[in-house]
Amino acid sequence: MTGAGQNGASQNRASQTWLIRGIRRAGGPPADLILSGGRIADAGPGLSAPPGAQVLDAAGLIALPGLVDLHTHLREPGREDAETVETGTRAAALGGYTAVHAMANTDPVADTAGVVEQIWRLGREAGVCDVRPVGAVTVGLGGAQLAELGAMADSAARVRVFSDDGRCVSDAALMRRALEYVKAFDGVVAQHAQEPRLTDGAQMNEGEVSGLLGLSGWPAVAEEAIIARDCLLAAHVGSALHVCHVSTAGSVEILRWAKAKGWRVTAEVTPHHLLLTDELAASYDPVFKVNPPLRTRADVEALRAALADGTIDCVATDHAPHPAEDKETEWQAAAFGMTGLETSLRVVHAAMVETGLLDWAGVADRMSVRPAAIGQLNGSAAASGSDGPGGTAPLHGCPLEPGAPANLVLYDPAARSIVDPAQQASRSRNTPFAGLDLPGQVVATFLRGTPTVLDGKLTR
Amino acid sequence: MKRHLISAADLSRDDALLILDTAEELAQVADRPIRKLPTLRGRTVVNLFYEDSTRTRISFEAAAKRLSADVINFSAKGSSVAKGESLKDTALTLEAMGSDAVVIRHPASGAPHRLAGWVRGSVVNAGDGTHEHPTQALLDAFTMRRRLGRIDGLRVTIVGDVLHSRVARSNVLLLHTLGAEVTLVAPPTLLPVAVSAWPCEVSYDLSGTLPKSDVVMMLRVQAERMSAAYFPTVREYSRRYGLDAERMALLPDHAIVMHPGPMNRGVEIAAEVADSPRSTIVEQVANGVSVRMAVLYLLLSGAGPALDEIGTGSPAATEAEIAEVAR
Repeated sequence: MTGAGQNGASQNRASQTWLIRGIRRAGGPPADLILSGGRIADAGPGLSAPPGAQVLDAAGLIALPGLVDLHTHLREPGREDAETVETGTRAAALGGYTAVHAMANTDPVADTAGVVEQIWRLGREAGVCDVRPVGAVTVGLGGAQLAELGAMADSAARVRVFSDDGRCVSDAALMRRALEYVKAFDGVVAQHAQEPRLTDGAQMNEGEVSGLLGLSGWPAVAEEAIIARDCLLAAHVGSALHVCHVSTAGSVEILRWAKAKGWRVTAEVTPHHLLLTDELAASYDPVFKVNPPLRTRADVEALRAALADGTIDCVATDHAPHPAEDKETEWQAAAFGMTGLETSLRVVHAAMVETGLLDWAGVADRMSVRPAAIGQLNGSAAASGSDGPGGTAPLHGCPLEPGAPANLVLYDPAARSIVDPAQQASRSRNTPFAGLDLPGQVVATFLRGTPTVLDGKLTR
Repeated sequence: MKRHLISAADLSRDDALLILDTAEELAQVADRPIRKLPTLRGRTVVNLFYEDSTRTRISFEAAAKRLSADVINFSAKGSSVAKGESLKDTALTLEAMGSDAVVIRHPASGAPHRLAGWVRGSVVNAGDGTHEHPTQALLDAFTMRRRLGRIDGLRVTIVGDVLHSRVARSNVLLLHTLGAEVTLVAPPTLLPVAVSAWPCEVSYDLSGTLPKSDVVMMLRVQAERMSAAYFPTVREYSRRYGLDAERMALLPDHAIVMHPGPMNRGVEIAAEVADSPRSTIVEQVANGVSVRMAVLYLLLSGAGPALDEIGTGSPAATEAEIAEVAR
């Protein structure tokens, strides 16, 4: 696929110039793209190669703006046996991502400026994908006292997304204060919506299958009740709420209602909730154990429709790596979570594009433009940071037009292959898609003009 | 028959009837002076118990020993989850010791299912969490058939904590397979939310259901359900869903009263009911051994009829051999 040879050490790549031939931007008509100086220098049909440019024949491939994940568990610090910033960002690059938001439930918890800066720095050292730390809402995810949100916002990591993900900020008064407080620095609170009293010991979706399997139910209402409450709170205080991993048809209805009111509510859905159902729990294989749980076919259909019509703004992976010993157990004893970075675009292709619900422009919007806007990476916010290399702002989610940063993924929609966990870059193997025949293949990923992935392989 | 017995749903009608018929033949052994058959000589059955359940473990142990199997009791209580050896490592250990069958009791639903993926031998579910207890359902069906002569068309009422009961799940599935009409009676808090999808009827009114019941099966009520607000008080539960002598009088004359044990006398069942001639509770225990013998026999020595080998002195089990084993 790559027509040109490599020209030396990786530090030279930033100054590399690339001519990408015959690429279909967001599925549009074929054209050429020139990447230079970390930006898109030119775009249009029949461009000639600048001197010294490497040429990549991309006929048949689709270019999307580099994907942005609002919900990634990189596990470092604390659970380096499951994932590190380095392995997680390599997995992200292979999946077409140029920016990921690292969730705060590390050990120690990312609830201080020191920890978020450490994670941010590890991301810069790994260098294959921008890492945007998410700050914890409460100290130690304890749900009792607000963490120093302002210090994290002002730190070098410039945190804008705050979440106790894995735990719900279930105290209504505390949630209200968090929503209010982050307005001072244009922050957003990303809520893991789970009423704890309704989900004590919960193992899987409460419904027909849980009744037969004798596994404690996680009822849809436990998610929906919190989402309804939080939408009302966000409206009351005029703040921005983001709802993590929406999983039920009822949640979709509440979000549709809140958006119709004009409230500042956004939401994400995971690839696994767009494809898989709770019937998979009948295997008792904890690779299918996740929180929120896999739901029913009717929920999957509602989530797809909501992503298509924009009620759900974006896809977020909730990439949650776990070592084998935390999954090779009884269902009840196993950890919640699934990996997703390396398969998300392919799953969205199968669930949304092959079904005719989204075109590639829609995929670009839901997997890059909108998540970048929610994470304030698209330069729209007044207080954009300046932590990119060489003083450039870390812009993501920009349309692939001249002048935009050269963050993009090249994707082959005609490819098809079976998901093999052994081939993945993540340190963990807990993908629920193992053995599934999925469409597509990420061919290349460019981060500020430098290829992190070429020919479907990491460049370093 | 499948290689494992994990769910009552694993059994076709023919499988279930074969087990009951085999158990009937094997029950005759209990009446012989020498209660031991050489059928599973040289085979190893492991009782892997992660929960205290003396009655179930002893029942399986007696069943295996009467078939001359070697029995290893592996009590692993407390070592399952956070501390100690994982279930997988235990499975690999049993595998290395050459077990032919593992009888497992475990507090986690689905543990036998997982175990079956890690061992070559047969797995028999002796109760997993709030999922199933298929040999209990088989012994209950066996008891019904002995007392009432049939299962097809019987009206069976199961009363109590269906939500958390592995006995109820296995009974609903097996009795449906065998053609009985099952009605569940419980407070709405102790029924699964999607119980309407189960192959049975549901009622909240015990007194109204009893006159239409050939069998009433009372489930044990755990005291901790009360603290979780499934019902207000034990007394109220007992008044609405307990079986006392007055309610028992609503049953047809031929009807029987069952309980899987252990009983809470005075809560779900009154003492005079438990000790009445309608009660099959002690028979259920005796029948448990015969049914478990049949299950182990059919899983470990193939699906042939048991009678030829064990009942009438086929070469596999002559009286001489039996005498030899007994010696």
